[in-house]
Amino acid sequence: MAMAALRREGRRFAGSITAPRPMPAIRSALISDEQVPLGVRSISTQIVRNRMKSVRNIQKITKAMKMVAASKLRAIQTRAENSRGLWQPFTALLGDTPGVEVKKNVIVTISSDKGLCGGINSTSVKISRAIHKLTSGPEKEVKYVILGEKAKAQLMRDSKKDIELCITELQKNPLNYTQVAVLADDILKNVEFDALRIVFNKFQSVVAFLPTMSTVLSPEVVEREAEAGGTLGALDSYEIEGGETKGEILQNLAEFQFSCVMFNAVLENACSEQGARMSAMDSSSRNAGDMLDRLTIFYNRTRQASITTELIEIISGASALEG
Amino acid sequence: MFRQASRLLSRSIAHQQPTKTQVAARAFSTDVSATPTEDSPFAQSWKKVIPHIDAPKTPSSYMKTRPPTASAIPTKLTVNFVLPYASQLSEKEVDMIIVPATTGQMGVLPGHVPTIAELKPGVMTVHEGTDVSKYFVSSGFAFIHANSVADVIAVEAVPVDHLDSNLVQKGLAEFTQKLGSASTDLEKAEAQIGVDVYSAMNSALTG
Repeated sequence: MAMAALRREGRRFAGSITAPRPMPAIRSALISDEQVPLGVRSISTQIVRNRMKSVRNIQKITKAMKMVAASKLRAIQTRAENSRGLWQPFTALLGDTPGVEVKKNVIVTISSDKGLCGGINSTSVKISRAIHKLTSGPEKEVKYVILGEKAKAQLMRDSKKDIELCITELQKNPLNYTQVAVLADDILKNVEFDALRIVFNKFQSVVAFLPTMSTVLSPEVVEREAEAGGTLGALDSYEIEGGETKGEILQNLAEFQFSCVMFNAVLENACSEQGARMSAMDSSSRNAGDMLDRLTIFYNRTRQASITTELIEIISGASALEG
Repeated sequence: MFRQASRLLSRSIAHQQPTKTQVAARAFSTDVSATPTEDSPFAQSWKKVIPHIDAPKTPSSYMKTRPPTASAIPTKLTVNFVLPYASQLSEKEVDMIIVPATTGQMGVLPGHVPTIAELKPGVMTVHEGTDVSKYFVSSGFAFIHANSVADVIAVEAVPVDHLDSNLVQKGLAEFTQKLGSASTDLEKAEAQIGVDVYSAMNSALTG
């Protein structure tokens, strides 16, 4: 009975509370859920002590998780920053065309496998859904390729038929280019596309993550856009070195571009995940600390009230005997 | 009102001490002009369909703009040599580079015709004055733009003096043997790639 009450209370408290709960509310909640035995005027301090112990444990756990996330972030941040130069030559050559009009769009959503990392996965999914809405229309096809468990769980709910491929457990081994290249190859082989839109969170700083969308066009669309002019118009002026045809070179180029952009995107998203987890766990520890302060005050007050009650009883009993 | 704005602006400038934070100090909202900044066409079309969510950023907003094509041929070539795990050379001004394109060694001087070249395993040489640095490149692409900027993207590259000739010989022998005993097309292709890379390394060490 007590455990059930505690669990109910725990669920209410375990969420991140922004405003402090008023004291009477806690007391009445405790009393109303408890079967107060006859003859006892105040509630036992044991319940409050138990709750304080569990909140203290939660605080310790979230502090430890923050430290772990901080060390993982340090490790991966340098690699993400070093990989930033990788996609820039492609954008310099082929330009950035997020508004390109194509028939087959494939949205590659990158998310994390583990939770407790704040809102970054929800942000990525929100942006992916918005891109789906933006690029869908008559005779147009939009599909999803999902990396990571969290986006999969969210997108399975309403877009199950649009999901082409789901890849999870990306970070089982430390991320490296070979693994991402194999992944990119998988996607290119199994999914037909005119334009790939990669959605991820770019790591700007430990507290700031920018949702970003990179576009990779298929070779046919690149040729079409180059003929049409605009940002890709200068592409025709480039000579192709080698005996291969322009089509073959563009095919290799598109595949290489996709794997390079994916590598950078996956690393940036991993950094953002660790940074978001750090700040989520930090605010969790802070909330637990606040809750602990309030519980301590309540505990002391309860203890003092029961002592006072005992004293009053003794003294009134003694004075009744005398008088 | 405008006097106040300029006072606030000068205060915000005076307060900008050199801090360790990477994020630049933001101006006060009263200092920013009333006219909205130009949105890219993508952001505008996004706003029409999805007004309540901010448009995602695109890679071009993270890149430094490239220099425009100069009318006269510049004296130096700007080279960006990038690998997945590092930017080996970033905007370095050199005299000439030689890249191992599929058709053979290709020399690039400032003012080279814009080219897209696929690279095969071989040695890339960078000439800067009298310094010559050689890297063995596994494969990748080289873009030479009209503004004398050369981008070389390689999957893997090591300086040539880091190659061990014994290991190269062993590898070459191993893959030649694998090529001889290969049965399926996939095995043949893999063994052929191994032979190509190791013989290129061999010629890099000897040549």
